[in-house]
Amino acid sequence: MRDNQDQIAVSGAPSPALDDTPARLRFRDDAPFESPIAPLADFLAGGNFAAVRIEPGEDARELVPHFDRLKLVEIAFPKFRDGRGYSSAAVLRQAGFTGEIRAAGDVLVDQIGFMRRVGFDSFAPNKPLDPKVVKATLDRYPYVYMKAADGKVPVWALRHG
Amino acid sequence: MPRILTGNRLETGDVLWWHGRCWSTQIKDAVEIGAEGEALLASLIAAERINDPTFIEVTGEPGAFVPTTTRERVRASGPSVRADLARGSLSVEAI
Amino acid sequence: MYRYDQYDQAIVDARVAEFKDQVGRRLRNEITEDQFKPLRLMNGLYLQLHAYMLRVAIPYGTLSGTQMRMLAHIARTYDRDYGHFTTRQNIQYNWIKLEQFSDLLDDLSKVEMHAFQTSGNCIRNISSDQFAGAAADEIADPRPYAELLRQWSTLHPEFSFLPRKFKIAVIASDSDRAAIQLHDIGLQLYRNADGVTGFRVYVGGGMGRTPIIGKVVREFIPVGQFLSYSEAILRVYNRHGRRDNIYKARIKILVTELGIEEFTRQVEAEWATLEPLGLDAPQAEYDRIIAQFADPAYEIGAPDTIDLSDPDFKLWVDQNVHAHKQPGYAIATISLKPKSGIPGDASSAQMDVIADLAEKYAHDEIRVTHSQNLVLAHVRKVDLYAMWQALAAADLATPNLDLVTDIIACPGMDYCTLANARSIPIAQKIAAKFENSISEQRDIGELKIKVSGCINGCGHHHAGHIGILGVDKKGEEAYQLLLGGSGAEDASLAKILGPGFDENGIIDAVDKLIAFYRSARSAPTERFLDTYRRLGAAPFKEAVYA
Repeated sequence: MRDNQDQIAVSGAPSPALDDTPARLRFRDDAPFESPIAPLADFLAGGNFAAVRIEPGEDARELVPHFDRLKLVEIAFPKFRDGRGYSSAAVLRQAGFTGEIRAAGDVLVDQIGFMRRVGFDSFAPNKPLDPKVVKATLDRYPYVYMKAADGKVPVWALRHG
Repeated sequence: MPRILTGNRLETGDVLWWHGRCWSTQIKDAVEIGAEGEALLASLIAAERINDPTFIEVTGEPGAFVPTTTRERVRASGPSVRADLARGSLSVEAI
Repeated sequence: MYRYDQYDQAIVDARVAEFKDQVGRRLRNEITEDQFKPLRLMNGLYLQLHAYMLRVAIPYGTLSGTQMRMLAHIARTYDRDYGHFTTRQNIQYNWIKLEQFSDLLDDLSKVEMHAFQTSGNCIRNISSDQFAGAAADEIADPRPYAELLRQWSTLHPEFSFLPRKFKIAVIASDSDRAAIQLHDIGLQLYRNADGVTGFRVYVGGGMGRTPIIGKVVREFIPVGQFLSYSEAILRVYNRHGRRDNIYKARIKILVTELGIEEFTRQVEAEWATLEPLGLDAPQAEYDRIIAQFADPAYEIGAPDTIDLSDPDFKLWVDQNVHAHKQPGYAIATISLKPKSGIPGDASSAQMDVIADLAEKYAHDEIRVTHSQNLVLAHVRKVDLYAMWQALAAADLATPNLDLVTDIIACPGMDYCTLANARSIPIAQKIAAKFENSISEQRDIGELKIKVSGCINGCGHHHAGHIGILGVDKKGEEAYQLLLGGSGAEDASLAKILGPGFDENGIIDAVDKLIAFYRSARSAPTERFLDTYRRLGAAPFKEAVYA
């Protein structure tokens, strides 16, 4: 018998079905966006969409020329261990995207602190999250060591403010 | 070849063998698992209290089962290089 | 050495609270083991053959006497009175209970220690040169940069679910005591032709199933930009590293499949987007951290000679003591490879002795080496004799550094659930043939034997002058024999010599190799590795298999 430890393959599972149910957790003041979400290929093909879905292997940078017509980017997490979506969100924020970035799929409460930091501001988890645990998780760290998309001031800046 | 059921206790990590109605930390207490094993294993997996529950093959008689793989003999005995930490029911020499 | 300020402590305290919460949710079945496993691994907690195993981080292998005493306390209170120092300069405990783990983390946090990111698919503990700050050949102490990396990588939000684990090592001399070319990123600090300090950046080295020597991705990155450059490398890896096959998920495979030129192009393109974002710490932060690694208050004019009239002491000095940059001082290595011992293991009593000696004689600093030994880096030469006597009384003065009995061995199948075969008994049986004669060991000279119990290679068998790899042969333990590896600045990968052996066979084969080497070396000063490199594998193969 083996404890698989950290040695677990992460791909191969299909993404959850495309759905457009509203995000269950949202950290934005604007009105939730409620229209169809296009797969990346359809969006880039020029369809009249204002929302797009990025799968783990897809390149978020392809969206950069289209920010002006984009309100929502939904980033798929078919498996919570597949961390490509963190870079997708970070790439979008660093390129200046200010619309909604939603994490959808196998999104667990112990990830959303990281997700908030790289720029996600809404969450559509497969299984509902306990709001109390969400709050405790997001309030957990008083300081951060490094800059990220959330604008928190890293400790090196606090030290030498 | 007889098979027995083993796993680790969630709270402590202790190595366990199925003793009929409960778990034992000594392989000498292990009972042979028959056709009822699959349902038992499924219920243990669903309950999420025992880590890595699994069947292993053994030779010998009840009370003196010896696992067929070196890995499981080490689990039953304790580290072969620390006889002072042996579990007691399978000697380090049996590894 | 680095001391936490209120920010560091607050982050550690929050991490402890977070993990307590996670453990509580698991014990209440609010999360499944599948969901909990990555969380506990991010805190260094594995389930091994006998119990939970905890790996505590020792950042760049440096710790104080107080910290070592806490490690002894952990061993006594939560484990079975011993710990195991690892090839990544950490310590592992083998008998930890999940239900006591929160208390244990509380205890560690009291001395500025933790177990963050000692496992899991994230950036692991940063490793460095065990002689840092004391070696005469370094251009600066590399540890401030390792500390900058530690902070940058701790809870990095983008890189906590990488394709696979990620290991970084930093050195600042041409002698490589940290095997940087066998790391995911290896950083060598140097001064360029313009007198500017920066790093040569190696990427994609590693051991394991597919051993590869790292390649230079950038010849020079100024120190002030190395964090953003590291971020660019990690970004490329996180986005494009393979996730379809665990055995191909390390960055070395990505670098190999892309080729170093294309990989470099992608990193540079990524860095061009990241560098303007101000991710690098300011100079004031560099200065703050560098100041904490300032030289200890050396005694100026301390006598620069050692009284070697005791022959046993002389043996130890000859073998285990290195030159220090400061006149009157020396670097002493404590061997954790005593007769009949387990490589890297230390009892709580031994840890306490070492803590006391570090405080008394070594400016309160202890280092862990990747060879599973310990170092007291700043010892006055006049204190060496008294210190040696105290070490000897605790079975810590074996004069075998870098000799045939100074064997690296992973825990192997005595402890580890991934292992295919036992490692420790092999090391013990090889050592037993030589451990009664230090003079014979010294005649054989530098010989690095490294034993791994599985292909993951925690025992660094690919970097062994003689490497031994445990494999499973139809349910039986078997061992492959490799020759010619080196983890030093002359890095090379050991190659399989021929068919494998059973336990007795591998012991016998090593014996034959050593006997052949002694007959074939060009001079007594020619090392085993050099003889192998000069003659090639064929005569060694004949000596073993004929």
